[in-house]
Amino acid sequence: MKILTTPRMDRCIGCHSCSLACARLLHNRLSWEAAGIRIISSGGLSTGFEAKPCLACNPAPCAAACPTGAFSQRKGGGVVVKKELCIRCGECARACPVDAIYLDPSGEPFVCIHCGRCVPFCPHDCLEMAEAPATYSVGDHAGAPG
Amino acid sequence: MIRDHFRILTVDLSTGRGSVVSLEGRNKEAGGSGLAAVLFNKYGYPGKPWDDPDQPLIFAIGPLTGYFPLMSKTVCAFKSPYHDQYAESHGGGRSALSLRFADLDGLVITGKAERPCCVSVGSRHLEIRDVHYMWGMNVQMSGKLLRRMFGGSGHRSILRIGPAGETGSAMACINVDTYRHFGRLGGGGVMGSKNLKGIVIQGDGSFGLPEGRVYARLFKEVHRQLTDTDMMSKYHNLGTPVNVAVLNGLKALPCRNLQKTSDPRIEGITGERFADETLLRNMACSGCPVGCIHMGFVRERFMEENQYLYRQVSYDHEPIFATGSMLMVTNPFDVLGIIDGAEKMGLDVMSAGVALAWATEALDKGIISEKETLVPLNFGEAEAYKQAIHHLGSGKNEFYRVLGQGTIKAAERYGGRDFACVLGQEMAGYATGEVFFTAQSLGFRHSHLDTGGYSYDQKHTDKNVEEAVDFLVRDEQSRVFLTSMVSCLFARGVYGEELLADCLRSVGYDALADNMDEVSLHIQRRRWQTRFATGFDPRAVNIPKRFTEVTTWKGPVDKGFLSALMHEYAGRIAALAGKEA
Ligand code: SF4
Ligand code: SF4
Ligand code: SF4
Repeated sequence: MKILTTPRMDRCIGCHSCSLACARLLHNRLSWEAAGIRIISSGGLSTGFEAKPCLACNPAPCAAACPTGAFSQRKGGGVVVKKELCIRCGECARACPVDAIYLDPSGEPFVCIHCGRCVPFCPHDCLEMAEAPATYSVGDHAGAPG
Repeated sequence: MIRDHFRILTVDLSTGRGSVVSLEGRNKEAGGSGLAAVLFNKYGYPGKPWDDPDQPLIFAIGPLTGYFPLMSKTVCAFKSPYHDQYAESHGGGRSALSLRFADLDGLVITGKAERPCCVSVGSRHLEIRDVHYMWGMNVQMSGKLLRRMFGGSGHRSILRIGPAGETGSAMACINVDTYRHFGRLGGGGVMGSKNLKGIVIQGDGSFGLPEGRVYARLFKEVHRQLTDTDMMSKYHNLGTPVNVAVLNGLKALPCRNLQKTSDPRIEGITGERFADETLLRNMACSGCPVGCIHMGFVRERFMEENQYLYRQVSYDHEPIFATGSMLMVTNPFDVLGIIDGAEKMGLDVMSAGVALAWATEALDKGIISEKETLVPLNFGEAEAYKQAIHHLGSGKNEFYRVLGQGTIKAAERYGGRDFACVLGQEMAGYATGEVFFTAQSLGFRHSHLDTGGYSYDQKHTDKNVEEAVDFLVRDEQSRVFLTSMVSCLFARGVYGEELLADCLRSVGYDALADNMDEVSLHIQRRRWQTRFATGFDPRAVNIPKRFTEVTTWKGPVDKGFLSALMHEYAGRIAALAGKEA
């Protein structure tokens, strides 16, 4: 199973095309936040940009923390989301070690499902769908902020 | 949140209260330029001076902001310290999407705070905070502090002014997100007059999109055109500085206070040179995949030992012309150093550069002395210009304070009007000929982007007054529609009428899509009416002698043609506003 990685974030121009595409195509939303990938400036624009994507943990602590099965383990890392099961308790977001889950004001969680639909919208080829290694350390992981 | 009305937030700094206002007129006024004029008519006072606390500072976005790429600008409107008339200035960065995601079509700030303050707005909050300790702080420091004081990193816009704005300079800009600006006509002075140091707009809202495939498919197609075709490569590749060499070759680059239109030394500061030697990376406004913002750097040794600091500075054609060719500074790092100085002071770099070019010639001619300029200004000598920019931004002495009100004001006081390079305001970087000189002098924003006059010059050697003015009037109308959307004007090749109509329909603005011609004409007229109401008289606008002394690729400027153009265009503008010509 492939996962979304962000191997070339040092090329990022801060256009937000990726996160806007995720919000639009996956969630039918116009939003900066209700998206699986979010772009922030790393301490002011002069220091470039970071992505806040899901790192596709395996096993995923967010799935383990979810009391209703709305978040369940995805094969190859990360989670499968069934929104109709979600009771908006926010446990998933609290369990994620890298702040990859956004809770909207109503408590609805937004997280990357590693579908790759944002990738073609990045004009600088910062993002990539890649085979998740069987084991890896987070330091090698391209999802670490670039 | 497609809606048939505008949702506006007004904030009164005198009372510290705000209110949300619903305004009719979506199908008639569109947004951006149209909405700003409506808001000025509602909240502004044509007869009161620009710095009256009652005057509004207006920000407006358009119906497609956020919904389509490159709809990434904001219109800022105010009564200008430069000429005390209604004015617009356009800026990008994250401002437009921040307003969209804060669920606002417009933000109107009125009143004057008792002490220096910062306004923070979002989809769920409004706060006015005392920041008296920031008064006097430069733009850079202010940005850093505001970032720390308010939340929402990455999804917000931070607007702020520097010392120039605080002292009410007519050349003070409003800095947007470090590298973009509401540059022209003194918006920063308006903020200063309100004791308003900064505005933080947090884009923390989220909204539904139209159901069905049409919208998503159309977005994809527009995005493809903007990224896969070479329509935008000019802006992405070398960026607008590509013009420096082109215009120099055409004898259309203002050099040495427009004593010349070409010089072999310009080779040092072409877009190619900047890219090879100074370019660090590109950046984008939010919602724009083009990434036209070019970041260079300055590097300074600050101690005898090898101790260096560096700062990033964004550059474009206009700043390079204003601080480079106009001052005959022909080293790219020197140019960036002067731009950096203007950035820190919160000065519009175009106005400041052109003003210093005038001051240099005035000093050379003995009209003023070093008693006024404080530093020995000499074409080509960058260090003196770096100091002079600081003096201009801080209003160091009487001379710099007068100059900060506009080069013509200084020329009226000290002499030297003939060689003031002012076309309504300090000129833009195109000495292409009579049509451009007319277009910028009389254009609504006194900007090279009001119409394509500069490109008309490059394509026409004939001297047909009727045809040229017809072009200017029509071109303004089509650009008014774009600035009401509020599209980046770099995208005008992509966003033709048909595509714009499709975009509007795909999100539910059918009435706007069906009446684009009517709407744009209405906005064009209303904008001019608003301008006239604040005292604009196109017949009173003069073109200084210097512009008739230059030679362009077409040959020497034709005075007769120029004055016929001015006369005809002034009449057409007056007619648009419903005034006697
Ligand atoms: S959302 Fe967070 S915890 Fe869950 S898989 Fe992704 S990175 Fe891991
Ligand atoms: S991979 Fe899919 S879910 Fe993840 S950020 Fe991209 S578009 Fe969103
Ligand atoms: S699309 Fe690419 S360049 Fe744009 S914000 Fe996302 S990662 Fe950065």
